[in-house]
Amino acid sequence: MTSTRKTGPRTGAGIQAGQQLSGWLFIAPVVLLLGLFLFVPVLMAAWVSVSDWTGRGSPFSSDVGFVGADNYTRILVGGGLDTQDFGTALRNNLYYVLLVVPLQTALALFLAVLVSQRMLRSRGFFRTAFYFPSVTSSVAITVLWLFLFSATGVVNKVLSWVSIDGPNWFADPRGVLHVMLGWLGVSSEPAGLASTDFLGISLWEWLAGPSMAMSAFILMAIFTTSGTFMLLFIAALQSIAPEIHEAAVMDRTNAWQRFWHVTLPMLKPTLFTVLTLGLIGTWQVFDQIYTGTRGGPAKTTLTPAYLSFNAAFNQQDWGEGAAIAFILFAIIVFFTVLQRWVLRDRDKVKRTKTRDPRLQHAAVEAER
Amino acid sequence: MRQLSDMHGARSARRRLSFVAVSGVAALALSACGGGSGFDEEGGGGGGSSDGPITVLIGSSGDPETKAVEEAVAAWAEEEGVEAKVQVASDLNQELAQGFSGGQPPDVFYLSTDNFASYAANGSLEPYAADLATADAFFPTLREAFTYEDEFWCAPKDFSTLALVINNRLWKQAGLTEADVPTTWDELRTVAERLTKGDTVGLVYGPEVQRLGVFLEQNGGGLTNDEGTEATADSPENVEALTFVQEMMQDGVAAYSVDVGAGWGGEAFGKELGAMTIEGNWITGAMQNDFPDIDYQVAPLPAGTEEATIQYTNCWGVAADSDNVDGAVSLVEYLTTPEQQMAFADAFGVMPSVEEVAGQWKEQYPELAPFIDSAEFAKNLPAAEGSADVLADMNAQLLTLKESDPQQILEGVQKNLEPVLSN
Repeated sequence: MTSTRKTGPRTGAGIQAGQQLSGWLFIAPVVLLLGLFLFVPVLMAAWVSVSDWTGRGSPFSSDVGFVGADNYTRILVGGGLDTQDFGTALRNNLYYVLLVVPLQTALALFLAVLVSQRMLRSRGFFRTAFYFPSVTSSVAITVLWLFLFSATGVVNKVLSWVSIDGPNWFADPRGVLHVMLGWLGVSSEPAGLASTDFLGISLWEWLAGPSMAMSAFILMAIFTTSGTFMLLFIAALQSIAPEIHEAAVMDRTNAWQRFWHVTLPMLKPTLFTVLTLGLIGTWQVFDQIYTGTRGGPAKTTLTPAYLSFNAAFNQQDWGEGAAIAFILFAIIVFFTVLQRWVLRDRDKVKRTKTRDPRLQHAAVEAER
Repeated sequence: MRQLSDMHGARSARRRLSFVAVSGVAALALSACGGGSGFDEEGGGGGGSSDGPITVLIGSSGDPETKAVEEAVAAWAEEEGVEAKVQVASDLNQELAQGFSGGQPPDVFYLSTDNFASYAANGSLEPYAADLATADAFFPTLREAFTYEDEFWCAPKDFSTLALVINNRLWKQAGLTEADVPTTWDELRTVAERLTKGDTVGLVYGPEVQRLGVFLEQNGGGLTNDEGTEATADSPENVEALTFVQEMMQDGVAAYSVDVGAGWGGEAFGKELGAMTIEGNWITGAMQNDFPDIDYQVAPLPAGTEEATIQYTNCWGVAADSDNVDGAVSLVEYLTTPEQQMAFADAFGVMPSVEEVAGQWKEQYPELAPFIDSAEFAKNLPAAEGSADVLADMNAQLLTLKESDPQQILEGVQKNLEPVLSN
């Protein structure tokens, strides 16, 4: 914490001040751009969400009135079509997040570990191959997916080779959980669940799971975004000093134990980054829905981001569209904070679950 | 040492805060300046000079339509000596919305019945249609579709109705003749049964109320009453109609286009996945371009307790904020002349909205006569503000019609439609 001082008592402060000023000057254009194109529109949208602007002329003109939380209450507790749509969108997106984030993180980590092995030849080729879907336009991949997963497409053809009658993916609104419950004999809604509503949707509908169409989108998300996160994990893996692995090898641990008790705890900061980025990205899914199914078979691929766009531009209900966007923002912040709390660094070194002294020793080393 | 760095930290924190505040204020000031004459709009721009350039925004069905509109607009522009430009929208709703919110809407644009009510309600449109010389020449049902609060707002540009399209080859193969063309529901069912063979289903249609609605109307039901003021979605006639459709689907003689692997009814018909389909005039263009080998005929839809079909139409909207409203109205007048309407009909297969041209159109396209004859008993789907969402929700439920309960679906629609129509 010592500050480097050049010669004399005055020049230190002067150079510091000069450097600070030039620093601010250099980033001033970007701050201005971000302020103008990111920050100010957010404030304008906040105003639209508490106003009754109808889309004509400026939202700050004198004939646009303040309606308080009307738009928010209409969406959250109104009970009409708006609430039902929002509940449906939330349910669809929740399943999307719950499936995509863990699976893409696990796949990214798995690929990163594979590609980082010392003995792997042509590592560059594999890195490029796995990363490639992430740089391709999401519109192009969505269109490709629509072809692959059509009723007579490649996927169903391959499934037919193993005698599985593939569903009409993007036109099938049945929820996966409902289908599985159907195999177990529960084919219609139990009386208790049907009568209780949350956000306009019955609890039985909340338990429907992602639809076949949404499942196809989930597969697409995992396929495209694992590459980006794989790169983050590769960088983190490469920064782990090889001595730690050697120390663990000296303690005669096998590869799985090394991974689980040594490598993984050291990847915690990167894991946190990947999970946060994953959560933010999956809660905002829009491109694929707009290009592909636009809310899809029986509103089972409707997401809050698409609903916000639809409400504003197609239904001309701008207040509702802006309000949905802010509710989505609150949801994302909540999940991020939750995730941060779950993964927080606990101060004392906790006892590891194994009794093996070698593993305990290696785990303690890793925590430090 | 520690105190110095603390002071330093505090000072730089203050400096940082003041810089952020200054840049925030600068950003706000810059955005305020961008407004030009401030935030309030001046009047409505009604009238204005007749020389301002006109922009026409269209949502084209393809190249033939774009070319036809461009030619017509260019001819008018030359005659009047006014500059006019046609823009093809990739997403008409979005581009219209952007235009209106930015205060720079196109002068003339396609307007569908879905959006008509909300744009009329928020004052974006110029109600010019009642003052047109040809105001009474349009079909009465089309005039009604674009009437809001008892005022006729915009001129319908063309329309289409739904009819029964039959594959002649499969028809003959099943041993059916001209006399067997169905005119009642029972006959429709019988014929569909005869035509269902192998991979081909007797009757295909899109999974939406925009097609199934014909059955509701034919049974004397319909989503609203005749004046469009009351919601009648859960009437017993409607339940009966949907049950009839459901039974046909459960027995395999009718199917949704998506269930047989096609994007819409026309594609299913062209690929012979269905022997009959319920579609509108636009199918002629698609058949010509994509499935030229299919030999088909058009028949009016069979009647339930009455004859009915649904019609679709768009109008030429003129923006109230346009700089050259007179020029825009003059352009619309030109585009709705009988000659121009026939030119559009020839180019991309729509039917003219002016009644007197109907005879000429029928002469030129005798095989498509059922489309224009159906205009007599054609109904409009509800188009009040907010009804588009109710219909979209109904479509979401209709997708699983085969397994669900028509009564429940219609009760849900009734619940959603009532608040929309009571406003």
